[in-house]
Amino acid sequence: MRRSPARTAVTVTLAAALTAVTAACGGGSSTDGEGSNDKPKELTYWASNQGTSIADDKQKLTPELKRFEKKTGIKVKLEVIPWDSLLDRILAATSSGQGPDVLNIGNTWSSSLQATGALLPWDDEHMAKIGGAKRFTPSALAATGARDKDPAAVPIYSLAYGLYYNKKMFKDAGIDEPPATWDELVKDGKKLTGGGKYGIAVEGGDPVENSHHAFILGKQHGADFFDASGKPDFDSPGAVKAVKQYVDLLAGNKIAAPGNAEYAKRETIRDFATGKAAMLLWQAAATSIKSNGMKQSEYGVAPLPVQAPGSGEKGTRSMVAGINMAVFKNTDNIDGAMEFVKFMTSDEEQRTLNAAYGSIPPVKAAQNDEAFDTADLKVLREVLTTSSAPLPQVPDESKFETLVGTATKELFADAAAGRKVTTDSVQKELSAAQQQMRK
Amino acid sequence: MTTLSPPGTSRPADAKGPAGDGPERPRRRRILPDRLRRAGLPYLLLLPALILEVLIHLAPMAVGVVMSFKELTQQYIRNWDQAPWIGAGNFRIAVDVNAPVGEALLHSFLITCAFTVLAVSLAWLLGVTAAILMQESFRGRGLLRALFLTPYALPVYTAVITWSFLLQRDGGMVNHVIHDQLGLTDSEPFWLIGDNSFIALVVVSVWRTWPFAFLILMAALQNIPRELYEAAQVDGAGIRQQIRRITLPSLRPVNQVLVLVLFLWTFNDFNVPYILFGKSAPEAADLISIHIYQSSFVTWDFGSGSAMSVLLLVFLLVVTCGYLLATGRGRKSR
Amino acid sequence: MTASAKAAAASPAVSPTAPPRSFIWTRRIVLTLLALFAATPLLVMLSSSLKPLQDVSDRFRWIPTQVTISPYLDIWSTVPLADYFLNSLIVAGAATGCSVVIATFAAYAVSRYRFRGKRLFTVTILSTQMFPGILFLLPLFLIFVNLGNATGIAIYGSRGALIVTYLTFTLPFSVWMLIGYFDSIPRDLDEAALTDGCGPLGALFRVVVPAAVPGIVAVAVYSFMTAWGEVLFASVMTNEATRTLAIGLQGYANQSQVYWNQVMAASLVASVPVVAGFLLLQRYLVTGLTAGAVK
Repeated sequence: MRRSPARTAVTVTLAAALTAVTAACGGGSSTDGEGSNDKPKELTYWASNQGTSIADDKQKLTPELKRFEKKTGIKVKLEVIPWDSLLDRILAATSSGQGPDVLNIGNTWSSSLQATGALLPWDDEHMAKIGGAKRFTPSALAATGARDKDPAAVPIYSLAYGLYYNKKMFKDAGIDEPPATWDELVKDGKKLTGGGKYGIAVEGGDPVENSHHAFILGKQHGADFFDASGKPDFDSPGAVKAVKQYVDLLAGNKIAAPGNAEYAKRETIRDFATGKAAMLLWQAAATSIKSNGMKQSEYGVAPLPVQAPGSGEKGTRSMVAGINMAVFKNTDNIDGAMEFVKFMTSDEEQRTLNAAYGSIPPVKAAQNDEAFDTADLKVLREVLTTSSAPLPQVPDESKFETLVGTATKELFADAAAGRKVTTDSVQKELSAAQQQMRK
Repeated sequence: MTTLSPPGTSRPADAKGPAGDGPERPRRRRILPDRLRRAGLPYLLLLPALILEVLIHLAPMAVGVVMSFKELTQQYIRNWDQAPWIGAGNFRIAVDVNAPVGEALLHSFLITCAFTVLAVSLAWLLGVTAAILMQESFRGRGLLRALFLTPYALPVYTAVITWSFLLQRDGGMVNHVIHDQLGLTDSEPFWLIGDNSFIALVVVSVWRTWPFAFLILMAALQNIPRELYEAAQVDGAGIRQQIRRITLPSLRPVNQVLVLVLFLWTFNDFNVPYILFGKSAPEAADLISIHIYQSSFVTWDFGSGSAMSVLLLVFLLVVTCGYLLATGRGRKSR
Repeated sequence: MTASAKAAAASPAVSPTAPPRSFIWTRRIVLTLLALFAATPLLVMLSSSLKPLQDVSDRFRWIPTQVTISPYLDIWSTVPLADYFLNSLIVAGAATGCSVVIATFAAYAVSRYRFRGKRLFTVTILSTQMFPGILFLLPLFLIFVNLGNATGIAIYGSRGALIVTYLTFTLPFSVWMLIGYFDSIPRDLDEAALTDGCGPLGALFRVVVPAAVPGIVAVAVYSFMTAWGEVLFASVMTNEATRTLAIGLQGYANQSQVYWNQVMAASLVASVPVVAGFLLLQRYLVTGLTAGAVK
C-alpha cells in the first residue's frame, strides 16, 4: 500500500487542529459567576412531563405563562420534554453551556446536577427574591441538593408515596382497615390473592421505582444506602433486609403476580384500576388511576406501612418525591429567570398548578386549599410533613438508582423465573452493585 | 482495477500538497491540457466528503478518545478540559476482569459476541435460503419479496416497539400463541427480562436484518450465469449439489462483504436493545452498546464510557483487519 | 437426478431446468414459514392500530372487540405528530439529497482517478463503520455548539445539525457502494465523453450518472432509511420544534399508561414513506447493490 506520509500528516493535522479548537473552547462557556441579562425580554423554560401527555402539559402551563407575560412583559418559550430524554438534554445543555434559562428537574437529580456546577445556587440573597426559604416545607427543601450547600433548585411540586387500596376487594376479603405494618400488609395480601387476583401490584421492571422502595424500606430498617461520608453502603444488613422484603412481595409471599417483574410501563396502575390487584404503592396516583377508568370513590389511600409502630427515622413512609425548578448559571436573563421562579412559587400559581397536576404544593401557604383536601392528598400531605425522607443527596445518587434499582429488577426476574430469593442472593446482588460504584 | 490510466490524471508532482514522493508513473495517454486543474480535481471532488467526515466522524472520535484519558464525571462535564488526566486509569479499570467493572464489561462483550455471531449467522442463513428459493419465478413472487423486505424497510423504532408489544409476558401475542393457543409451555415465559431476553434480542435482530441479506444475495444470485446451472443439471447434478458447487462459491465475494457489514452493524447496534429493554438491559442481554451507554450517560461517568468505547473500537478494528487479511479481499487491491 | 430427467422426458413441455417436485414443496414450506415470520408482527401492528384501548391493555386478542379508526384520529392530537412527520421529512430528505451528491463526487474521484491518499481515504471511510455512536455523541454535540458560538449561527438544535450528522453517517456506505458501482461502468464511456470535449465533470454528469442511476437510487434509499430511523442523536440534538418521529413516538407512553393502539397507528403512519419508497424502488436497489456488492 502506497501511503503518502504527507497526506497522512495533513489529515492528522486537520483532525488534531479541530480537536484542539474544540478542546480550547472547552465545555462551552464556563461562566462561574451569575448569568447575564443580555436578553431581558425572553426566557426559555424546559418543563417536565407531569400531565397525562405533552399536549396536556402545554395546555396546563400555557395560560400561566401568558399570565406571567402580562405581568412582566417577558415572553416565555415553553418546551415540554418527555422523561426519557430530559436528563440527556440537561446533560447536553450542561456540557455545552447552551440550554434553557429555567428548567424542571426531578428532585432526585438535584445533587448530581449540583455537582456539575451548572445550576445557580439559591443562596440567601436569591431566596430572598422569592420570599425566603421559610415558605417551603422543610422536607421538600431537603431534597434540593447537598446538605452543606445552598439549594441547587427550589421545589415546585411535591409528591409522596401512598398505599392505594381497593375498597371493595378489601371488604369482600373481610379486611376493615388498610394495613399499618408490613406484616399486616403481607397477611392482607395473602387474603386478597386468589382466583387470578393478587394482593398487590409492583412495578418490578422499573429500576427507579425499585430504588425508591428500596430506600424507603431501607430507612425503616435503619439503613441508609450511603454512609455519613457519602460512601456507598448497599449491602448493609438493613439494606439487604429492605430489598429482600420488597422482592418477597413477589418471591416469598407471592402476593404480587409474577408478571409484575416485567412491569415498567405503568402496568401496575392499570392492574390496580382494573381490579386485578388490590393494593398499589405509588406517588400521587389519582390522575393516573382516573385515566385508567377507576373512580375515586372506589379506592382509599393510606400511608405506607412501617415495620412496627415506631417513630423517628424508622417510621419513614416515603421518600420526598417531587419536581424542583432550577436556573441555569449560563442564563442570559437572570433577572427574568428570578422573576419567573418567583411567579411559579407564588402562592397563587402553586395552588393552580399543583391542583392541576394532583400534587402537593411545597409552599406551605398554598397548601390550604380544598383542592388539596382530597382523601389521598390529605394522607400524602401528612406523610410528606411528618414521615418522609429525601433520597441521599450525593452526586452519585443517580448511580444508586440505576445500580440498586437494576439489582432489584434482576432479583424480581429471578423470582419470577422460579428461582429462590434468599438473603444471600440479595446480598450478592447488592454487593455487586456496590462494587460497580467504585470508579 | 485501476491499472488503466484514468483519463487526464497528471503527475503527482504537480498536484497540490508537498511534492515528490514515490516514483512518477508514466502516463500512457494525455488527453487534455490544463493538467493542474485536472490534478486538483479528485481532491476537490473528495473535499466535501472529507470535510464532513473529519468534522462529524473523526474529530468527535478524537475528542472521545481524549475524554477516555480523563476522569470526566459530572463535576467536570461543564468544563471538561479541566478534568484531571488519569492516563490509562479508565482503561485499567475497564480491563481488570477481577474487579466488578471489568468483569461486567467482559461479560457484556462476550454476550455481544455470542449475539452477533448468532444473529448474523441466522440472518445470513435465512437470507441465502430465501434468495435461492426465490430465484425461479413463480406466482406471487413479487408480493412475497415485498413482504420479506418490509421488516427491513420499517424504521427501527417502529419494528422494535411492535416486538416489545408482542413480547410482553401478560399481554403479548407471542405468549398468547405459545401458551394459550398452542399450550406449549406450562407457565408464561418472560421475554423482556431474565434469560429469555437473549433469545428475544436475537429474534428481533434477525427479523430486521435477514431481509437485507436476502436483498443483497438475491441481487448477487442474478449475476450467476444460467448456463452453469443448466450444464450442471445436464450433467446430472441435483439441486443440493448445484447449490454447493455453483451457487455458494459464486457468492463468496458477496458473502465476504455482506458478513463483514452485518457483523459491524449488529455488533454496534444500539437501537434494538435500547428500544426493547430501555436504559437498563437484563444481564442476559447486556449488549456492549447499552452497557457503554449506561456507563456514561446514565451514571455520568464519561471518562469510563469513552474508554470502553475506545476498547470496542480497537477490537472491531482488529477483527476487521484480520477478516480482510484472511479473506484477502479488498478494495485495497484496487 | 433421474427424477428430473424422467420428468423432462415424460413431459417435454417442462424445461429441463425446472425444479423437481421435492424442491417445490420445500420451497413452499420454507417460504410459508418465512412469510409467517415476517408478516405476523406486521399483522399485529395493523390490527392493534384498529382496536379500542381496552383490547390492547389487557390480554392479547387476535380479533378486536370492535374495529375502530379512532387511534388514527387520536394520534395527531395526543402528540404533534404532523410536526414530527414534517421534521423527519425535511431532515431525511435533505440528508439524502446531500449525501447522494457528495457521495457521487467522492466515489467518482476514487473510481476514476488515482491520487495520493486514495487508499487512506477509502480505509478511513470503511473504518468509520466501526465507530460506536456513543463514543462521539457528546463530542459531536460540543463541536456543534462551539461552531455555533464561533460563527454566531445557532447550529445546535437546528435541523441543519441533524441533517449534517445524518448525511455524514450515511456517507461511508454510500461512497463504498457507489465506488463499486462506478467501477462497473466502463471507462470507455467516460473517455468517449471526454474526447467529445466535456470536462471530467461533464463526463460525470452526462455519462456516468445516468448509467449509474440504479446505484444512486440504492444509495438514496439507504440514506433516507437511515436518517428516518435514527434515534440516539435525534434524542439529544433536537428540541421541540425540530423533534423527529423517532423521538416523537415516545410521547404515546406517559406516566399513566401506554396507548398501544395509538403507538401502533403512529408507527404505521411513520413507516409509510420509507416502506412505500423502499418497495417502489426495490428493483433499483437490487441492481444498484449488485454492482456495488459484487465488486
